Amino acid sequence: MSELPLTGQGGVRDDARPVSFRGGGFKPVRLRFLGAAVIVALILFVEWGTRAGVISNLTLPRPSDVLGTFRDLWTTGMLWDHLIPSLTRLAVGSALGVSTGIAVGVMIGLFSLARAGLVPLVAAIFPIPKIALLPLFVIWFGIDEGSKYALIAFGTFTPTVVSTYGAVDNVDRTLIRMGQSFGLGWWSIVRKIVLPGALPGILSGLRIGLSIGIILLVAAEMLGARYGIGAYILEAGSLYDLERLFAGVVILSALGVITSGAIGWAERRLLAWRV
Amino acid sequence: MDLHLDRISHRYGRVEVLSDISLTIPQGRIVCIVGPSGCGKSTLLRMIGGLERPDQGAVLQQGLAPADCLNPLTFVFQDFALLPWRTVAGNVELVLEDHPLTRTARDRIVADVLARTKLSDFRDALPKQLSGGMKQRVAIARALAVNPAVMLMDEPLSALDAQTRELLMDDLIALWTRAPFTAVYVTHNLAEAVRLGHRIVVLSRRPGRIREVVSIDTPLSDRRAGDPALEAHQARLWQLMRDEAEAADMELSDV
Repeated sequence: MSELPLTGQGGVRDDARPVSFRGGGFKPVRLRFLGAAVIVALILFVEWGTRAGVISNLTLPRPSDVLGTFRDLWTTGMLWDHLIPSLTRLAVGSALGVSTGIAVGVMIGLFSLARAGLVPLVAAIFPIPKIALLPLFVIWFGIDEGSKYALIAFGTFTPTVVSTYGAVDNVDRTLIRMGQSFGLGWWSIVRKIVLPGALPGILSGLRIGLSIGIILLVAAEMLGARYGIGAYILEAGSLYDLERLFAGVVILSALGVITSGAIGWAERRLLAWRV
Repeated sequence: MDLHLDRISHRYGRVEVLSDISLTIPQGRIVCIVGPSGCGKSTLLRMIGGLERPDQGAVLQQGLAPADCLNPLTFVFQDFALLPWRTVAGNVELVLEDHPLTRTARDRIVADVLARTKLSDFRDALPKQLSGGMKQRVAIARALAVNPAVMLMDEPLSALDAQTRELLMDDLIALWTRAPFTAVYVTHNLAEAVRLGHRIVVLSRRPGRIREVVSIDTPLSDRRAGDPALEAHQARLWQLMRDEAEAADMELSDV
């Protein structure tokens, strides 16, 4: 080897070529409008298809007609007549289910007795299709709102319990040891270390729980309600009114997107401390 | 307040980790515990701090902790153990909240310890914004806030790079010189031990026994990196530990 200068441009030989880059990918970046663009493209495609006759009117309604139905719902005020009872049921039912779910999940996470006693029970009721229990709930809680609240509460309860106790299990034990080593009280450790540490897991459980809540809401309303999105969809379905059926489905999708967005917002606000 | 370890032995299942450890930790002195990995030095520290119970023997407190001491035996952890959702000031406040202090007293303590650890400008920063060295400063500030009788430091500088370690050692020496504290300092780094330790306890490999206790009389503030007397101590300690460390390294772990 000849003496090459170690710095500067002097040592570059003719056969030098750049090192090829191979470190790309595996790193999600936030693309804001792509999700909306995919939905819009799909709607435009269906609109084109129904107008051109490629898609029969019996298989899919024309998106512009669905929009028209939606406008009617809005102007006649029927939208709120259906939406408000549905939202109330979802709010009350999931509030009940989520709060008891978090409480039971934290108990399972903290007490061996609760863990040993309740984990098998939760595992046993998790896979039950809750809709199958609706007739039973009607007997237990009455044909009107009670049974609907109970169904939604029951449905959101199990996923919340499972994700909460998993999240409590995953709280960094060194932080708990730290709390003990400084003589913090039991309740202080739970409130200031365990619960905030479990919050990321609890919130991602909430995402699943609330989606299940929306599914059960519709199911409950289909079985016995005069007002509500589920009742509206059921009525449209039995008349084979595809525009109204899809208008109802769009409302449900919007509900899903809004709850998921709200949880995402809460995560960004509450979990800003995450690395 | 002095601490006395009275013939401590401990086993995890069939594995004996500590064997017959007796040691006195005098007030106002820093006692370093060095030893090869897996010799039970961190276990011993957790026993001193009451986070673990020895199978045999006991840790005894001799004399009373000062009246203004909120948490006599206070840990500084290797991985800092800061709450990531609390700010620097919030992390220090955490350990004061369970004590009956007025709002102003609490604020005064927080401001005081943050000033002593040169963190006053960072009181509203979150841990994720801080470098490793700064995080450990916060942990030290938190430990100082409860005015401990004995600081139990579990490899506090091991997660830091060499330069930061040097800086933090200087900070610790400055803190000790201003107000001498009692400390048990567990480390595997002999350079740290000879810089910070008044006494250095060498443990053997598992099961940990006391092999030797080395006293260094040079005042902490006079010790410099590269001081020949310290180098000599370090070389001697390394000689004591070398075979043990080698043997410990070759052992299969079956815990």
